[in-house]
Amino acid sequence: MVKTFEEINERIKKGEAVVVTAEEIIDLVKEKGIKRVAQEVDVVTTATFSPMCSTGAVINFGHSDPPIKMSKVWLNDVPAYAGLAAVDVYIGASELSETLGLRYGGAHVIEDLIAGRPVKLKAIGYPTDCYPRGELETYITKDRLNQAYLFNPRNSYQNYPAAVNSSERTIYTYMGTLLPRFANATYCSAGQLSPLLNDPYYRTIGIGSRIFLGGGVGYIAWEGTQHNPTRERTEKGLPVSGAATLALIGDLKGMSTDFLRAASFHRYGTTMFVGVGVPIPILDEKMVEFTGVSDADIYTTISDYGVPLRDKPALGRVTYKELRSGEITLRGKRVPTAPISSYAKAREIAALLKSWISEGKFLLQEPIESLSQDRTVESLEILREEEV
Amino acid sequence: MAKRKVVLTFPPERVTQPIAYHLVKDFDLIINILRAEIYEEETGRMVLDLEGDAEKIEQGIAYLKSQDAKVQEAARDIFLDEDRCVDCGACTGVCLPGALSLNKETWKLEFKKEKCVFCELCVRSCPVQAIQVKF
Repeated sequence: MVKTFEEINERIKKGEAVVVTAEEIIDLVKEKGIKRVAQEVDVVTTATFSPMCSTGAVINFGHSDPPIKMSKVWLNDVPAYAGLAAVDVYIGASELSETLGLRYGGAHVIEDLIAGRPVKLKAIGYPTDCYPRGELETYITKDRLNQAYLFNPRNSYQNYPAAVNSSERTIYTYMGTLLPRFANATYCSAGQLSPLLNDPYYRTIGIGSRIFLGGGVGYIAWEGTQHNPTRERTEKGLPVSGAATLALIGDLKGMSTDFLRAASFHRYGTTMFVGVGVPIPILDEKMVEFTGVSDADIYTTISDYGVPLRDKPALGRVTYKELRSGEITLRGKRVPTAPISSYAKAREIAALLKSWISEGKFLLQEPIESLSQDRTVESLEILREEEV
Repeated sequence: MAKRKVVLTFPPERVTQPIAYHLVKDFDLIINILRAEIYEEETGRMVLDLEGDAEKIEQGIAYLKSQDAKVQEAARDIFLDEDRCVDCGACTGVCLPGALSLNKETWKLEFKKEKCVFCELCVRSCPVQAIQVKF
């Protein structure tokens, strides 16, 4: 039995679509079997709420009088990239405040804007006949901006390695505080709820897919940076470490600080928790198999962050079920585990997206182009010109 | 037997006093020093459990005050901002006594104050700055 996006959307419009979360479908498959679930269920909702540094926003401020071509811009003392048209900027989540350092960054500016708080805008430009003004200082709020949209070059990692630290000192990483001599392990994936782990070969998730983004509606714009679909996979087709990624876009004005939250990792810098929800249509039995995956089936690699090199040693594999138990065994030693990604929030998002679809408020968009399945990741070599 | 967890702050001139000795010897208290530090400005701070006869604990605290120590109940000094917290769990990875943990049903953060030893690792490890320890 095969269903199409159109047929599923018709059922959504009529309020007849059967929608379950990627957690709920696990027991449903056990109870009813793949065949029946494929007949009964139309959509499975997946979600994640994790910190992602590759987050940022495009903003257009509107023109002042007389106008300025902004060439250097600061929002609450955080530099924004202004090498675009006169009053367009891109503010990145991990850009740091020039006055507060690691405690406040672009992510916090984005959160302040979403919360409706005023943000100080300082700009300097080079006066020209078109743009006579040389500098300005003012305050902006979300409502008075022409456009403010989130654009994440990378998000929704299809799996990610768990982190440990073999070294003799505590290290402070984007995977949290890692205690010396393997005294803890951290991991960062929603596992069985995570979008790309429920559609491992990107049959339904692709460029153009409509998604939940930060509390509003967004879209998958492109493959994400460092998209790495050729990563080694298990029998079920699940990559055993960081693999595919998504570039996401959506209107910041429709977002909520409940689902987009600024973060500062101690001695690392700022980043942003981004709430993403992706609906997966149950087109056929294969999609039931894929979405029926549970934490016990999903493996990740344990990576030693105590080695400060690009290729960190892999120390073995564990399932998310083991990681979620609160303890793993590594080299015969019991190591407590902790997540960096909020499972509670991911659940909340999956449930919210489920209700949007069940109520006919959110339709699925079939990808207009599929994500690459053969891309590999290049590394950066340090070369002299004659070596190129 | 009663038990209290207190935070003591000493002025620089008292930092060298053998205060713990007197609590044991003069007031028959079982003390457990959870944390002791001297700051740059030379103020001393100590977090300790006092266990013993309730009246003796009061007398011990009166003695500490007579030694110019500021005495605060420890439990009141920890703040988890639940609106700010996103239940990510990053803090649970550094909380070795297990005061901070994720509920295995709801995956929401739970804080059991009685297990806290005031190491403050969670304060720095919280990516959304939802945990504050104020002394």
